[in-house]
Amino acid sequence: MLGAGATAWLASILYPISRYLIPPSVPDSNVTNVDVGSITEFPPNSSKIIRFGRKPVIVIRTKEGDFKALSATCTHLDCNVQYKTDTEQIWCACHNGFYNLEGTNLSGPPPKPLAPYTVRIANEKVIISSEEMS
Amino acid sequence: MKLYDWINERIDLDSAVKFATKKQVPVFYGTVWYYLGGVSLFLFIVQVFTGILLILYYQPGATTAFESVKFIVSKVSFGWLIREIHSWSANLFILFIFLHMFTVYFAKAYRKPREITWYSGFILLLLAMFFGFSGYLLPWNELAFFATKVGSDIAGAVPIVGDFLLKLLRSGDEVSGATLTRFYGIHVAVLPLVFTLLLGLHLMFVQLQGMSVPPEQENLPHDKRKYMPFFPNFATRDLLLWLIVLNVIALLAVFFPWELGQKADALASAPAGIKPEWYFMFMFQTLKLIPAHVWFMEGELFGIMMFAIAGLIWFLVPFLDKKANHGKKSLFWKFVGIFAIVFIVGMTIWGYSV
Repeated sequence: MLGAGATAWLASILYPISRYLIPPSVPDSNVTNVDVGSITEFPPNSSKIIRFGRKPVIVIRTKEGDFKALSATCTHLDCNVQYKTDTEQIWCACHNGFYNLEGTNLSGPPPKPLAPYTVRIANEKVIISSEEMS
Repeated sequence: MKLYDWINERIDLDSAVKFATKKQVPVFYGTVWYYLGGVSLFLFIVQVFTGILLILYYQPGATTAFESVKFIVSKVSFGWLIREIHSWSANLFILFIFLHMFTVYFAKAYRKPREITWYSGFILLLLAMFFGFSGYLLPWNELAFFATKVGSDIAGAVPIVGDFLLKLLRSGDEVSGATLTRFYGIHVAVLPLVFTLLLGLHLMFVQLQGMSVPPEQENLPHDKRKYMPFFPNFATRDLLLWLIVLNVIALLAVFFPWELGQKADALASAPAGIKPEWYFMFMFQTLKLIPAHVWFMEGELFGIMMFAIAGLIWFLVPFLDKKANHGKKSLFWKFVGIFAIVFIVGMTIWGYSV
């Protein structure tokens, strides 16, 4: 009886504290498209990380002039990846993980591919959207 | 002497002095190991002192943290020295705790009746590493930002409670200014409180039980064992060593300053050559080597589980090493200790050489 009372008393203290420690979840702004700038801002064989809602996305212009957009968050331990211009691969410096330009994990510890985004060119502007790639 | 008498009449100082002078420190080949715990204690005192000085100027927050540290090191008189001493002392603090732990391990000082001292010491090591992890983020630079992303993501991979731990550490889903404020609170309030309380207990156990000696020394006849009084003989040597350590820190601070680096940017790529602090390097290097998938689980989870199991075994050594409790040799646990050192040192060197 005393034990149950003590447990209930302790729970009545710990519960609000544990709830207090987790901040209220902020809903992600409903971003579906992001204008990342004009084509001229992306010379061939270059990249840029942009913000898509709360998430970082890496936009790559290949040597051939094609555009690719992928989640910039490494699927291993959350570091931001980078585009390696010499090997034309995506690399995570934190634990030496490699992906190809389709986002497929090639070597190192990353367990999953990078999520792809759709790239559209409209009026010389590069537009990234989260729609499923067709 | 009047002041002494005045206090003594009220709180019986004589018995404390009697305790200190009566206390004996064993003299043998391993007496030097006894200083390591004392140096760790001294470094903690240095950390508290320099930490309080840094708080006077530091401003947590994504837009102010980096700038305030820059202000401390470039504009405040001797601000660079205080920050450098805090950084160097933090690193030496962890180093000396490790050295202290391994000497205690090989001397089998964890055996009965000092199991609780070992348990409290192990938790103090974890708290010290958490001190390092939380303090590392406070300058809000690029390396710290990614180290915190990786470290908190590892916590997030823990089964069942991972999501709770990740949000608890990050104060949200991402590493942001809110994380920085939370780490600041942990670093300057939560950890000092918990650490000081546990350290008090740890020291009390050492005082109550006296210094441990290895089993072979304990088995010597009484007339073959040598001692020196704790006060003043050992305490004076302790103080001298503390002074030397303080001088070494001052030299390191002046000649090998820690770079502040670039301000954290959530949209920057993790820079090439990124490395964690040296005391996390062996884990970092191991995680690098584990393949993406091991059996049915992700390599990351596998690595974390292996470290958790190894840590638990290390923690439970007093319970597992039955032979040491009976004053017998336990070669197996000696080899476990040697393996741990070879693994930690080997992986650390490997991590720095690539």
